[in-house]
Amino acid sequence: MIETIKSKLNGEPVSLNVDGNRMLLWVLRTDLSITGTKYGCGQGHCGSCTVLVNNKPVKSCTTPVNDVRGKEVITIEGLSKDGNLHPLQKSFIEHNAFQCGYCTSGMILTAYSLLLKNLNPSDREIIEAMDGNLCRCGSHTRIIKAIKSAAKEMKGGKKR
Amino acid sequence: MRKEEYKELYFKEIKSPFTLMRRDFLKLFGGGIIIFFSYRDSSAFQEIIRRAGALQINPSGSNAFLKIGENGRVTCFTGKIEMGQGIITSFAQIVAEELDVAVDLVDMILGDTDLSPWDLGTFGSMSIRFFCQPLREAASQAKQVLIELASEHLKVPAENLVTKNGIIFEKEKPENSVSYAQIAKGQNIEKRLDKKFKLKNQSEFSIIGKPSKRPDASDKVTGKARYAGDITLPEMLYAKILRPPAHKAKLKNIDTSETKKIKDVIVVEDNDLIAVLHKYPDEAEKALAKIKAEFEIPETKVDEKNIFSHLLGVAPEGKIMATDGDIEKGKSLSSNLFEETYLNSYVAHAPIEPHTAVARMEGGKITVWASTQTPFLVQREVADALKISSKNIRIITPFLGGGFGGKTVNQQATEAARLAKLVGKPVMVAWSREEEFFFDAFRPAAIIKINSGTTIAGKISYWDFNVYFAGERGSEQFYDIQNQRSSVFGVVKSAVPAQGIPGSHPFATGPWRAPAVNTCTFARESHIDIMALKSGNDPVQFRLDNLKDQRMINAIKIASEKFGWASLKSPSSRGYGIACSIDSGTYVVTMTEVKVDKKTGQVKVKRILCVQDMGLVINPEGAKMQIEGCITMGLGYALSEEIRFRGGRIIDLNFDTYEIPRFSWLPEIETVLIDNKEFPPQGGGEPAITCMGAVIANAIFDATGARLFQLPMTAQRIKEAIET
Repeated sequence: MIETIKSKLNGEPVSLNVDGNRMLLWVLRTDLSITGTKYGCGQGHCGSCTVLVNNKPVKSCTTPVNDVRGKEVITIEGLSKDGNLHPLQKSFIEHNAFQCGYCTSGMILTAYSLLLKNLNPSDREIIEAMDGNLCRCGSHTRIIKAIKSAAKEMKGGKKR
Repeated sequence: MRKEEYKELYFKEIKSPFTLMRRDFLKLFGGGIIIFFSYRDSSAFQEIIRRAGALQINPSGSNAFLKIGENGRVTCFTGKIEMGQGIITSFAQIVAEELDVAVDLVDMILGDTDLSPWDLGTFGSMSIRFFCQPLREAASQAKQVLIELASEHLKVPAENLVTKNGIIFEKEKPENSVSYAQIAKGQNIEKRLDKKFKLKNQSEFSIIGKPSKRPDASDKVTGKARYAGDITLPEMLYAKILRPPAHKAKLKNIDTSETKKIKDVIVVEDNDLIAVLHKYPDEAEKALAKIKAEFEIPETKVDEKNIFSHLLGVAPEGKIMATDGDIEKGKSLSSNLFEETYLNSYVAHAPIEPHTAVARMEGGKITVWASTQTPFLVQREVADALKISSKNIRIITPFLGGGFGGKTVNQQATEAARLAKLVGKPVMVAWSREEEFFFDAFRPAAIIKINSGTTIAGKISYWDFNVYFAGERGSEQFYDIQNQRSSVFGVVKSAVPAQGIPGSHPFATGPWRAPAVNTCTFARESHIDIMALKSGNDPVQFRLDNLKDQRMINAIKIASEKFGWASLKSPSSRGYGIACSIDSGTYVVTMTEVKVDKKTGQVKVKRILCVQDMGLVINPEGAKMQIEGCITMGLGYALSEEIRFRGGRIIDLNFDTYEIPRFSWLPEIETVLIDNKEFPPQGGGEPAITCMGAVIANAIFDATGARLFQLPMTAQRIKEAIET
């Protein structure tokens, strides 16, 4: 059934006329043409479709649009502000924390939600938070380093 | 060059040379200075052609070119593609170095069949190995052309001019200068590579050998980078295709009536291709589920357990790849004889981006955006499927979300092209994860049988190595053995390696990162450890005693020192392992430390050191990323990855049961690149993955005294090995 669903997307109010049972991933990618969020497995096993809903990471491939009614959704496109990259994005570049880049959006958003809660994560806490995000190129060690150095910068409140 | 590095490079005559007419070319590329060149010009590739014999390619054609634009920017056009391996960076570094411009002035245009001449494809760790030299020569020639033009412009003899950072100036009077942009402006010069131009000495390098940042980095962290699935075209439809439940299943009955009733859905029934199209992919999928289809599934008894006896049963006569000395004589010299069999299962490529393609047909011409490692092969496949000339087909390759060999097979592209032609609108075919697992051309299940012997002095007296179904690459060994033979059984000679003879594999197999070498190295290096143990020697010392190859000896010595390997007879309970390999011209020594829970068989790989001698390194950071990627990906085939199947059905269709390495598996990783600048650059994308099975197997033995003969070494298999 087509209905009107209102929520906030990357800081802007958005009103959608959609079937609320459709998965958020497809509505983002097709109806809204926001393609930074990637399909990887369709069942929430790989994390490449991760977006934030009220600052918590969710797998958009298994999240019906109904579930984000009245909530705030952040995708990778919403992370940089006024053309300035977020410290996590800068840090991923600095540490070469990706190869093909396909899982990167999900990695950065999962890391972002961790750092919102904890600006001083241990390796173990990072691994725990990131373990549901798969990367086939093998950038894992670099991603951990990137997250730690972004945390440091965010704690300092400084921009590079 | 070693022979085994290119055995499986076997391809037919190429009939799609650069299709643009000259005037179209000028229209498209504008003015400036253009140098055409080919990796076939490189001595490394010439050597391959000479040895492989079967290669027949248009010898006069070029397959890349370099352009100095009128704005001074440099563009390199090649049919290579970027799948994360980083040639977008290292190619630009090579050009920038010889041309004396900043790296960020160099643009790479990759994998577009209209914009670059024919290329074989991106696989086999070949890009830098074969392109480095001609790319340097082309850049050097372009620089010389610029200098000659500047000489007229500045009225100074060419020999008095020097270049730096995109500027040409008089040696004695630097203010008398002109930029590349000023010189290229209004020019219309096209040249074919002429090899007389001098290349820089290693000592003059300021860009090659230094880490360089990826030009695609910013797009990849902001979600702007476009992959095939991100291409959206007006009126584009998403297609979902009816798939059989099992391999070799035949469609018996179909009823599409319910689906056809759904609003805005198009159903296509074209022989074997039955598809549902809609403007949303998820709606197309829902509509597809309404089709009632009945399949006839032929009875097959083969599964992941009995596959090995099936394969041995159908294996034909082997082909001898190398032979030296006399095996029987070697046996008579032996004080210990060894006979072992090693197995590995089917393994999936599992890139995070599944196979995807978008096709658009317009006025008899078709454009396909495809996630492929072989755009020119896709062009030919689409031409065959649609029965139209290659000239009317353009393949564009956006960024790939991983390839690993799996995207040398491109069924999704012809599916999209056929559908676009049938419905007259742009069509995207984006495989689901389940389709990706079902249609993947897996790394083949394989068997290796080794017979060998050692003398009383701890020397290997003979080596009889038999490879069944893995493939040829890596079947020859590098130890100093007088009497030896290696034979390969059951693979067909084909453009796509690792394909079994008819009646062998129950589904498609194909090249998986370092095809056959992972299997061969697992067997060889495990077997070397077994011989070392019996000879009463430490695994490192035993290897050194049986090697003459100085590059390998050097790499082992460096690795031992960095790792802190103290000689101790195995099993030492330390959980240390070593494995060595030579692949794509690159020498690899890997050492690891593991911890095994003897009750459960669970392994934790604590640390891994990889020492690599790959000759001249263009981008050391990029090379290290490839090694780290190899190590991480290799943990999967070593410990968990195995496709289970029954009755033609693939049981593991998603990441819930097919486990690939994740953050919590990670060891500490240390990588060392041996400084060997004088040697030409060798392969980087694959070599380091080849040691992963053996190094972990050897470490598990060292930890527990249990020897594993089958990959993957699951907790269950390790537990069983410990208990018996």
